[in-house]
Amino acid sequence: MKEDLVLPAAREAAADTPPEPLLEVSGLVKHFPVKGGFPIKRTVGAVQAVDGLDLTVHAGESFGLVGESGCGKSTTGRLITRLLEPTGGTITYRGRDISHATRKQLAPIRSEIQMIFQDPYSSLNPRQTVGKIISGPMEINGIDPEGGREKRVRELLEIVGLNPEHYNRFPHEFSGGQRQRIGVARALALEPKLIVADEPVSALDVSIQAQVVNLLQKVQKELGIAFLFIAHDLAVVRHFSQRVAVMYLGKIIEVGDRDSIYTRPRHPYTHALLSAVPEVTLTEGEAPRRERIRLAGDVPSPISPPSGCRFRTRCWKAQDRCATEEPPLVRLAGNRDGHLTACHFPEEPTTGARAEDIVLDPALTALEEEQGG
Amino acid sequence: MTTVTKAGGAPAPTGPGGFLSVRDLQVTFSTEDGPVRAVDGLSFDVDRGRTLGIVGESGSGKSVTNLTVLGLHDPLFTTIDGEIVLDGKELVTATEKELEQLRGNRVAMIFQDPLTALSPFYTIGRQIAEPYMKHTGASKKAAWERAVEMLGKVGIPNPAERARDYPHQFSGGMRQRAMIAMALVCDPDLLIADEPTTALDVTVQAQILDLLKDLQREFGTAIVFITHDLGVIADMADDIMVMYAGRAVERGTVDEVLRAPRHPYTWGLLNSMPRLDSDLATPLEPIPGTPPSLLTPPSGCRFHPRCAFRDRVGGDRCVTESPALAPGRSSACHLGAEQKRTIFAEEIRPRLG
Repeated sequence: MKEDLVLPAAREAAADTPPEPLLEVSGLVKHFPVKGGFPIKRTVGAVQAVDGLDLTVHAGESFGLVGESGCGKSTTGRLITRLLEPTGGTITYRGRDISHATRKQLAPIRSEIQMIFQDPYSSLNPRQTVGKIISGPMEINGIDPEGGREKRVRELLEIVGLNPEHYNRFPHEFSGGQRQRIGVARALALEPKLIVADEPVSALDVSIQAQVVNLLQKVQKELGIAFLFIAHDLAVVRHFSQRVAVMYLGKIIEVGDRDSIYTRPRHPYTHALLSAVPEVTLTEGEAPRRERIRLAGDVPSPISPPSGCRFRTRCWKAQDRCATEEPPLVRLAGNRDGHLTACHFPEEPTTGARAEDIVLDPALTALEEEQGG
Repeated sequence: MTTVTKAGGAPAPTGPGGFLSVRDLQVTFSTEDGPVRAVDGLSFDVDRGRTLGIVGESGSGKSVTNLTVLGLHDPLFTTIDGEIVLDGKELVTATEKELEQLRGNRVAMIFQDPLTALSPFYTIGRQIAEPYMKHTGASKKAAWERAVEMLGKVGIPNPAERARDYPHQFSGGMRQRAMIAMALVCDPDLLIADEPTTALDVTVQAQILDLLKDLQREFGTAIVFITHDLGVIADMADDIMVMYAGRAVERGTVDEVLRAPRHPYTWGLLNSMPRLDSDLATPLEPIPGTPPSLLTPPSGCRFHPRCAFRDRVGGDRCVTESPALAPGRSSACHLGAEQKRTIFAEEIRPRLG
């Protein structure tokens, strides 16, 4: 694989300028209407996919968004790329409010915000050659790079580690990992400033995942592109992102730099999430035990989310106050700068084992009591 | 074309008495493009109360192996050679009727996607009660009561009411619990779980894995657990078999395989997998290339086109000679035992942090 990058229009390095907010999202809301009734369909409710979300992505930074399915992380990605119209709140891109911008107003910005999709099989047009797929965005935006579009496409293929001679091949001639590289090349074609990557590696095999993660990391560092990295795999997000936000039922419940989130989490849900990740322990002998938290049941429906704190129905620390008062996303005493938590009764900032495991699942409790441990 | 030393061969890998024992299994599908040997010379044993984890990438033959154990392959397009012996009974040559007696009774399976594995037309309770009625001859009422009892056991709230629900009224995690209840309703001796938690969220996955472990302790079931996730394997299994392109490449207990792996493919998997405690300064080291097509598998060792340690073997043994997987703790690689130990200790282990 070719490691050095040759980009004709080398961007000014993001390193020597202080990080400025590239993208600012505040109070973002997206409700999908639920229709019902006969004979006239009326709106009977709303899926509150994203409900009041604040986040900031700085230039050249990689920002991770983790959460379980249905927490609204993909919707967030689609709102930011303006593939969806927000119900409320604002999205500011480089000082410009784009939350309700029209197609025409968005046109110049579209090329700066690109997206990489999860499924490399459905996100590439099977009837177009690789060359056509990658040069498509340039054609639409009327970009004529020096030396012609074909030369640029060949360069891009080389950057993502594909053979430039495969210019005329069709997507079905490539494996899953290679297709995802094509998707990356397409996203890079317009030299974007922000790439929204929605689960870019979760459809790939383990040995291929690492190839794509490394490629994205290389692109992010060497080209200084900001990433909004959306994934459910906590280990992959930890590897890729400098800052991480944890989402639950349409809200960010904790955000901070990587270290704070993974080693000093405060929100009970972050604790539960981290403790649920199955891990390979490589150290010989007794490894330092991690805490064991087993929640009960599944995530509640986003059509009628719980009042107050949304996690309270599965939380072991929930009290009356959690049902009535929604906790604000604030910096707690003892947390680092920028580490915000939305919880009334935060946990200790450690992931080490507790004196007693927290097992909320009734079936597990019953079986484990029966077996005496 | 190649000299094939039979992997596994006749002797039992973990001594006699394996409850399920598979010897030199070969599964070939005939396809339009020619025969595909999805499983090639596989041998393994599972004992009662133990969990064998089979780990491998897509297309490594891990699922096919276990569909074959249950006789769920399409007999028109599949040729099976070798032996599958379950508690002294040969299954490869068994008739469909004999297999029907086994399925859902002594051997049960949990599939990856509970929504496609459950019938949308019948209530959950009925689907759980049916195999129980069939295999034990219990009355409809007794079978229903048993179904409700099982649903309660796997942690479905209000089991008596929820048994009357249809699968679409259950959430993903609850459906997988219902699948487990269905699999365990006849108290099987062997449970095959094919990626049972891959479609689930991580907090729900943790609940389901713990539930399986606790139930195994209670019923003493033997489990074959298939997954691509090394973390899940580390959590669940007692023994591990690593598969690559239709063959087993490494076998041993969890500690042996994960803490002192001896096969370059296993090293590659560990190197390419991000962990919560890995050192962030070391980049992931992916395995180069892609898994081979089984239509035209590579000669000799099937991993040789992607192997970084090929030149240390010397000669062209890797290309011409297929390495054997000896019984017990073993790895199918031409590198010498001492060589493997030093390579892992000096070059692989430090990278893992």
